[in-house]
Amino acid sequence: MNDMTAKPRHPNALPEQSEWTFELIEQIHQEIRRVAEGFGLDTYPNQLEIITAEQMMDAYTSVGMPVSYNHWSFGKHFLSTEKGYKRGQMGLAYEIVINSNPCIAYLMEENSLTMQSLVIAHAAYGHNSFFKGNYLFRTWTDAEAIVDYMVFAKNYIAECEQRHGIDAVETLLDSCHAIQNYGVDRYKRPAKLSLMEERARQKEREAYVQSQLNDLWRTLPRREEEETAKAAKRFPVEPEENLLYFIEKYAPLLEPWQREMVRIVRKISQYFYPQRQTQVMNEGWATFWHYTILNQLYDESVIGDGFMMEFLKSHTNVVYQPPVNSPHYSGINPYALGFAMMTDIRRICENPTDEDREWFPDIAGSDWQKTLDFAMRNFKDESFIAQYLSPKLIREFHFFAVLDDDNNEKLNVSAIHDDSGYRYVRQQLAEQYNLGNREPNIQVWSVNTQDDRALTLRHTQFQRRPLNQQAGEVLKHVARLWGFDVHLETVAPNGEVISTLEVRREKRSRIP
Amino acid sequence: MTYLIDRRLQGKNKSAVNRERFLRRYKSQIKDAVGRAIKGRSITDVENGEKVSIPVKDVSEPSFGHAHGGVWEVVNPGNQEYLKGDQINRPKGGAGSGRGKAGNSDQMTEDDFIFELSREEFMNYFFEDLELPHMVKTQLTASTDFKNQRAGYNMSGTPSNIHVLRSLRGALGRRIAVGGGSRKRVAEAERELEQLLLDGVPLLDPRVVELKKLIHHLHTRLLAIPFIDPFDLRYTNRIKVPKPMTQAVMFCIMDVSGSMDETRKDTAKRFFILLYLFLKRVYDKIEVVFIRHHTAAAEVDEEEFFHSRESGGTVVSSALHLLDKIIDERYGGGSYNAYVAQASDGDNWDNDSVLCRQLLVNTIMPKVQYYTYVEITDGPPQNLWEQYSQVPDHHQHFAMQKIVTPADIYPVFRELFKKQPK
Repeated sequence: MNDMTAKPRHPNALPEQSEWTFELIEQIHQEIRRVAEGFGLDTYPNQLEIITAEQMMDAYTSVGMPVSYNHWSFGKHFLSTEKGYKRGQMGLAYEIVINSNPCIAYLMEENSLTMQSLVIAHAAYGHNSFFKGNYLFRTWTDAEAIVDYMVFAKNYIAECEQRHGIDAVETLLDSCHAIQNYGVDRYKRPAKLSLMEERARQKEREAYVQSQLNDLWRTLPRREEEETAKAAKRFPVEPEENLLYFIEKYAPLLEPWQREMVRIVRKISQYFYPQRQTQVMNEGWATFWHYTILNQLYDESVIGDGFMMEFLKSHTNVVYQPPVNSPHYSGINPYALGFAMMTDIRRICENPTDEDREWFPDIAGSDWQKTLDFAMRNFKDESFIAQYLSPKLIREFHFFAVLDDDNNEKLNVSAIHDDSGYRYVRQQLAEQYNLGNREPNIQVWSVNTQDDRALTLRHTQFQRRPLNQQAGEVLKHVARLWGFDVHLETVAPNGEVISTLEVRREKRSRIP
Repeated sequence: MTYLIDRRLQGKNKSAVNRERFLRRYKSQIKDAVGRAIKGRSITDVENGEKVSIPVKDVSEPSFGHAHGGVWEVVNPGNQEYLKGDQINRPKGGAGSGRGKAGNSDQMTEDDFIFELSREEFMNYFFEDLELPHMVKTQLTASTDFKNQRAGYNMSGTPSNIHVLRSLRGALGRRIAVGGGSRKRVAEAERELEQLLLDGVPLLDPRVVELKKLIHHLHTRLLAIPFIDPFDLRYTNRIKVPKPMTQAVMFCIMDVSGSMDETRKDTAKRFFILLYLFLKRVYDKIEVVFIRHHTAAAEVDEEEFFHSRESGGTVVSSALHLLDKIIDERYGGGSYNAYVAQASDGDNWDNDSVLCRQLLVNTIMPKVQYYTYVEITDGPPQNLWEQYSQVPDHHQHFAMQKIVTPADIYPVFRELFKKQPK
């Protein structure tokens, strides 16, 4: 060869072929791991599983877990995914990764060797290190126990189906699912329990909760207490944001097994809560790392040109952000925004401009790996955007904010990507990722312990936004769980009740 | 530490249970869809899967969310023209859809939820509507005929099956084989004796005496070889093979007089479909002939059979004449097995019913494998019923039943097609 620029081939260079084999996957995985460790990515051990497209659909539609209990809604998602996949309308999500220890990543058998490498770098090193490092996941999820817990839940619910019938279980799950987003603690940190402890505690719980209930719902007031009852203590003393928790603890008529099922849905919901808050960061981080790792492997000549071309094509598709006026627009692509921000932070560290020094004095010129690692660990989408979205990116994305106030006849462009708008746009975009704003603020307000046992929920209005039309349906589910009348009051910021929805239980009977 | 695990062979179809749960939950909607599908489908095409659509409202899982209204401030990418402070008209669609589409999910119009039933699932729903007990349909066995077929020869059998030619040929072979050596030596000995006698050796020479003894001995041995031995016997071998019933023709005869309304036609259609599916299990090829009649009969295609609105009085015999004609012209000669299913509400001209009976008994029944008559009515039996009731006295392969609701179809069908004592 007289081409002097030709790089020496790496001893572990991959052959230029698109078919994967187990040996080749092992080989590329070794290389990816070497590079990832070189960049200081800290991960759980990896478990790579080769699966079929159908299994991928299974995993995809049962809340992305390797095991889950049975429910019709998972079947519904399966049917619609299958339809889309068979018609070729959508490619399957090619990466599903489970926040567990070991971290499970799925490799679909149809994928080419390049795609397998992309998935390994993306899921097994990107997402995996995010799960292990990010404070929300560290606080709220227990990677050691989740698969065991899902097995416990599946078995428990299957047992309930046998004992109480599929219909009874299904209706209860329907109701729990309807308010599963209101089954999370935002502030209380759960204790980590092993499966054994979980089982042991489940028995205690049954006994304990029932005894507490008797106290709360005492029907024969003792005489000497009547005086104090006049003072009518509010119950609950403070509003409770976790509806499922409140129902699990205090719903008067639930059977012990029903409480346990409420708890299962709540636990799983809680487990996924960090994922809902870190979509941009998590995908951005994983995408940044698959991009960085595979480029490094290319530079080392472990992977060749053909491999790189195929990889870049997929990568480019993933991070494409259509503009708002495009027919393909469906909101901000978390992969695009997250990847751009991660890349941008590295750029600010390595090649800061004057603008960057002014906006990010702390990180401009600093060690990019440390800076990025810090960002990954200590933020969620909302705070991450508020902290790191640079004017340069706002310009690149052509971000602009539009104010839609139904008191005004027209929409108003409130800020664009110019000097006066950067901070405003950044703040608005961060707000957009605040789950507290995105979901209506609904809390348990009070329970009528003296009379009809009615439950009152309060919706504290945000920016005068009304509840959607499904609210009435959801409320029926709440009433089914509660067993008695349920009221939903919508309250303006000044405390004035604006409107009320209510569901009356005609027959006060045990569910269903 | 890494694990690479091949999961492809395990845990397939994990969602099957969830899929089944889904179907179970929406059973009534799916049954409706299957019912519609049957109406819209041809009889021969009933065995495929079906697309089912359920209104999205029914399958939605409700959750709390914001509707549009109040104040929304949304950041979007891709600004090309706007400056701060620009006023934009609200997009069409009233106050409902702002440019920022966040939150107003329940105002988006969505298409129905559409998915496909597999062939198996479709058939389950189809049979379920017929109140088919769960697995019974697989037990509907065909009354297969066997025919005896020669299959070479056997070493054992009954005397009547002895194949003479084959047995004798075997015996001849055996005789040649067994006697071969002796015969050769006889020939040699005789040649030698002749040579000795020609050479003038005296008759009492010990060599001549020796040879004569040997020849005699060998002749005796050759004569002792049996002409036929039990070992030689060959019997004709016959085996039973299923009779290849390759073709059948199914006649659907329907009364389309005014009293046969949509519901009754639908019931009839289900009956015909069931008959078709049944025959399909026995025959590779089935042809379907549709005959409709009021005062006059006509051969029509399926579309017209079920959907034409032409109507009039009733002369059932017109259809029977036509049936007979078609059998003779196109399906005669015994190469087809003919089945007839007739559906009617039973109302016929009085004197015509007698004619029908005569036609059936004398002309048609000898030409067909099976003839079923279903009367779709909730009223008392009509004169046609009375006359048809006499047919079984002459021909066993005639059956008739009454159907009131679709749920009766399957039991009636079972009754009609139960195995006949031979």
